Amino acid sequence: MNDRWHKIGHLHDIPPLGARCVLTPFGRIAVFRTADDALYALEDRCPHKDGPLSQGIVHDTSVTCPLHNAVIALASGEMSGPEGGRTRTFDVRVDPASQAVELSLEPRSAEFVRPDRPLAAAE
Amino acid sequence: MTEKLVIVGNGMAAGRLLEHLTETDPGRYDVTLFGAEPRVNYNRIMLSPVLAGEKRFEDILIHDEAWYRTNKVSLVSGRRIVGIDRAAKTVASEDGAVVSYDRLVLATGSDPVMIPLPGHDLPEVISFRDLDDVERMTAAAAKGGKAVVIGGGLLGLEAAAGLKGRGMDVTVLHLAPTLMERQLDPSAGYLLQKELESRGIRVITRANTKAIQGGRHVESVLLEDDTELDADLVVMAVGIRPNAALARSADLEVNRGVVVDDHMQTSDPDILAVGECVEHRGTCYGLVAPLYEMAKVAAARLCDDAEAAFVGAVTSTKLKVTGIDLFSAGDFAEGEDREEIVLRDASRSIYKRLVIEDDRIVGAVLYGDTSDGAWFFDLLKEKADVADLRETLIFGRAYSGGAPLDPMEAVAALPDSAEICGCNGVCKGDIVSAITGKNLSSLEDVRTHTKASNSCGSCTGLVEQLLSVSLGDAYDPAAVKPMCGCTELGHGEVRRLIVAKELKSIPAVMQELEWTTANGCAKCRPALNYYLIATWPGEYVDDQQSRFINERVHANIQRDGTYSVVPRMWGGVTNAQELRAIADVVDKFEIPTVKCTGGQRIDMLGVRKEDLPAVWSDLNAAGLVSGHAYGKALRTVKTCVGTDWCRFGTQDSTGLGIRIEKFMWGSWTPAKVKMAVSGCPRNCAEATCKDVGVVCVESGYEIQIGGAAGLDIKGTELLGKVDTEDDAFEVIVAVVQLYREQGWYLERIYKWMARVGLETVQAQVIEDLENRRALFDRFVFSQRYSQADPWEERIRGRDAHEFAPLADLTLKEAAE
Repeated sequence: MNDRWHKIGHLHDIPPLGARCVLTPFGRIAVFRTADDALYALEDRCPHKDGPLSQGIVHDTSVTCPLHNAVIALASGEMSGPEGGRTRTFDVRVDPASQAVELSLEPRSAEFVRPDRPLAAAE
Repeated sequence: MTEKLVIVGNGMAAGRLLEHLTETDPGRYDVTLFGAEPRVNYNRIMLSPVLAGEKRFEDILIHDEAWYRTNKVSLVSGRRIVGIDRAAKTVASEDGAVVSYDRLVLATGSDPVMIPLPGHDLPEVISFRDLDDVERMTAAAAKGGKAVVIGGGLLGLEAAAGLKGRGMDVTVLHLAPTLMERQLDPSAGYLLQKELESRGIRVITRANTKAIQGGRHVESVLLEDDTELDADLVVMAVGIRPNAALARSADLEVNRGVVVDDHMQTSDPDILAVGECVEHRGTCYGLVAPLYEMAKVAAARLCDDAEAAFVGAVTSTKLKVTGIDLFSAGDFAEGEDREEIVLRDASRSIYKRLVIEDDRIVGAVLYGDTSDGAWFFDLLKEKADVADLRETLIFGRAYSGGAPLDPMEAVAALPDSAEICGCNGVCKGDIVSAITGKNLSSLEDVRTHTKASNSCGSCTGLVEQLLSVSLGDAYDPAAVKPMCGCTELGHGEVRRLIVAKELKSIPAVMQELEWTTANGCAKCRPALNYYLIATWPGEYVDDQQSRFINERVHANIQRDGTYSVVPRMWGGVTNAQELRAIADVVDKFEIPTVKCTGGQRIDMLGVRKEDLPAVWSDLNAAGLVSGHAYGKALRTVKTCVGTDWCRFGTQDSTGLGIRIEKFMWGSWTPAKVKMAVSGCPRNCAEATCKDVGVVCVESGYEIQIGGAAGLDIKGTELLGKVDTEDDAFEVIVAVVQLYREQGWYLERIYKWMARVGLETVQAQVIEDLENRRALFDRFVFSQRYSQADPWEERIRGRDAHEFAPLADLTLKEAAE
């Protein structure tokens, strides 16, 4: 299943605690890198009001959306808090030999879910 | 007729005595207070934090001028009393004035002991006693170089740590084999020495100083074993001696100190004495708690309370060097009928030792973990029988009696006499009665009314628990709101500790201040990044990943993920060439909206992120730079046309606005800063709702501060009025720098001002010219590292990755 993986760049192209975007036929995917070099790929769209998650501040394994401070778990794409909401996640991996970053375009979670009520923590 | 009370000496004992007196019987005496130092009463034990740069003089003031006025105390500062005529009941000051008394209180304190070594009178040999000494040390440290501290006791070590913190190369000479041998046993002395050495302070014990060498200035210190140490500054901190000269000259009974009985009365019934000048039952005291006790007794005595008595005190000691936890109390010499309990944890550098005699604690030394100090001290003072606690005693209160005691119950169980704040000698009873009697509801209230937790702050937790115990659910601990969920600490505490512990990176802050998350959150990281950049300009490297997106890409993110771009227009003035360049950029990049901002700028909205560098490049080519409309920074200086055009203009408001903006752009601030300069009181630039505003008048410049026209609407308050444009300029820069140093992240100027008080701001930037200049200079220094146009840097390729997608899989996918 080698076709499944698309080489998108090198690990050092993504700053630690940062993100880069990949343009795909399904829209933007944000690839995040944590402090300990774990990678996560999510649709670059906040469940709350479509904010570009790639532009947020990354902390531990979460990102805070730049528009209204929703916090999204990188692993599951789920918004923290009682409101619910989820963005789609994708598989991403690093080739241990070359440090090349490879992305799969098959969404792991198919559905994008809006929160069921207004964001309590919005500031 | 009101009786006349004269107090000689304005130190901490006298200050405390006056507090008791004005509280118990305010109108009783007509009080005249003579202080030899040319200033008001301050907290002398907090000079070490002042030397360390953790506090300013204003922070350690006990009574300001207003206090003396309110309490009708005539304060005569800077004048020494040289004689007492006991028969005539008068005192005489050095300038010949004679004042009569009915009752006299001597509170003349103590003098530092200066060993008469050869060279001890060179100008760079100083003691560590008052604010003048601190100022001399600070000035010497500013030149760098080497300092030798003679004396490894409490004061010597605090001086050493302070000088080291100010960048000097410091050596401590100590006669005994281990440091602080009067308060610490050898093991704790060793741990302390190791800790100081790890901070780069050289410690030589068993060091017998022979001479201080140098011609007109100090050059070196010579030891008995002929070791020679280079020195630019020598601090002598070998002890204090009661200052009893005045009493002696008046033929009062004096041994080492002025002899007093249990009622603080000297050999003359009309004369009392308190503080370090006193000798009571053969003992002289140099720590603050017993002095406060004496002050209380003396005040009671002056109010005819015959019962009040001072019966001596067991003292406890804490070293006020940030990051070193050390406590000692009582007597810990070994003895035949004494046993000891010792706990060591080498990996955590913890050492605890209790000395027990007849099932009672007689001495305690704690190093590394002093949280049980107060508890042990209470058991010691109460002479409590600890036989039943013996097994777990050393593990502290939490383990005594089996199950760990809930900290709230523990505090509730403390007796009223339990000392909570060691620095200011405040007991549980004082705090609880202040809380209930004066309806206090916050930590700040308690600090204001009782002084507890107002000095070193190590008892803050206990005070909060007392608030909880006393008020139940009515106490809202949010009064000290943590910065975010990653820490218990509030913004103020974090700012203080960054300076005190010299924390210079975000990981260092998180490690040292025990953040509970691995790398913070979106609330604390930008705040820490700002605190570090403002505290260590030129040294700290800005962390892009801790910046909110707007500050990372120098544009404002919009709801659809596009950005808005605002070039700077100095003072709101533009010209045809700039407008043409803007028009061209709008056409070329198909920017959908062009709009004027509230601060007299042009905003281009709807720019795609990928286009940002190219947009900036075109704007830069026309001389336009980033307007920082996106930052916690100086935004705009709005102006009117002033004397250039307006028939009402009184000053060149446009010129001043441009001058301020060109000087201050690029500096980061806790929250956004908007300014304005109006050329006359008609105020067309709306300066009186800005963070900082200037209203020009015929006779000069009114500087206004703390306005808001957003979530809150608030007119400014007058900071001060100055005559010249240069003065206005300096005040504005200084006040912004003060805000940069004190403000909490996202705290606008008006909120900062409400927190610290307009008067304190005025004192620092209007009244104290030297301080104003120092603030100005610090701002100038920090600007050396911040005035680079971020647009220009990015056009040259900095952070290029920010703006382009990592990969484009759209075509690839289509081809497959």
